[in-house]
Amino acid sequence: MTVYLLCFVLFLVGLFGVLTKRNIIKIAIGLIIMELSLFMFFALIGYVDNGIAPIIVQEMEKAKFVDPLPQAIVLTAIVIGLATTSMLMAIAIRLYKKYNTFDIRKIANLKG
Amino acid sequence: MEIILSIILVFMILGAIYALYARDLLSALISCGIVGYGLVICFLLLQAPDLAIVQIVVETITLLIMIAVVLDSSREELKEKKVVGTKLSHFRKWYVMNVILVIVCLVVLLYFFKEVTSTLDPLGKHLTRMSTAYIENAAEKTGSANLVTGVLFDFRGYDTLGEATILFTAVIGVLAILRAKGKKTNNL
Repeated sequence: MTVYLLCFVLFLVGLFGVLTKRNIIKIAIGLIIMELSLFMFFALIGYVDNGIAPIIVQEMEKAKFVDPLPQAIVLTAIVIGLATTSMLMAIAIRLYKKYNTFDIRKIANLKG
Repeated sequence: MEIILSIILVFMILGAIYALYARDLLSALISCGIVGYGLVICFLLLQAPDLAIVQIVVETITLLIMIAVVLDSSREELKEKKVVGTKLSHFRKWYVMNVILVIVCLVVLLYFFKEVTSTLDPLGKHLTRMSTAYIENAAEKTGSANLVTGVLFDFRGYDTLGEATILFTAVIGVLAILRAKGKKTNNL
């Protein structure tokens, strides 16, 4: 249970960064940390005691496997995380070229 | 097993906190890499080699992209405004209020965390409900020795198709955002 709690704390650290930091790069770091804690949580859910990695070998027909379903889902989510991060970085580059700062308090033309 | 995972997770949390408070954005990104590569070790301990491989590659690419962005622009963290002496009493007035709010939020979050995790199995006692069929039949149905790729590309092939769509959309979005100039209308 402590592992789940530490995972939750890692998520909260990322959430704190997203809510309180004013730098765009720091906000992106907070988002990445939240993502990684969720991947960790999914991998923890699928773990089975003394299980082996879900790869079938000839001699071990009756071996106990780790659950392959959360791993497949996390594999998809990791790649999507890369796509969103690169999109965020592209927006950060554009904002820096236009306003010459990463400070979201000075990027004030976004109304509404 | 649980103790080793806890130690690595504490290390990751420390790295995350330093990443949020570093003055230099470059060192913030490097300590963000602590979190990612610590996750790789956790995946290896949790018997997920596919995830470890993908996470190493993706973490490296993410760090490279972000370091390129930071080196191309400013490395300094923003300067915080100094609290003026007259505002100090105003700050004191809200001090008690802030502490009470933080404690209330923490209690609510921990309560819901306890509620949610009470429905989960404890670590290592997981029962493979739905994926039992995957484990038993994957070898005959998909012909793949690796069950994760069997699930990813055969049983849940449409998920992978959606993932490819998202990647493609992200590439189009990055190209559209970073395009240097719009098309000139009079040069057509």
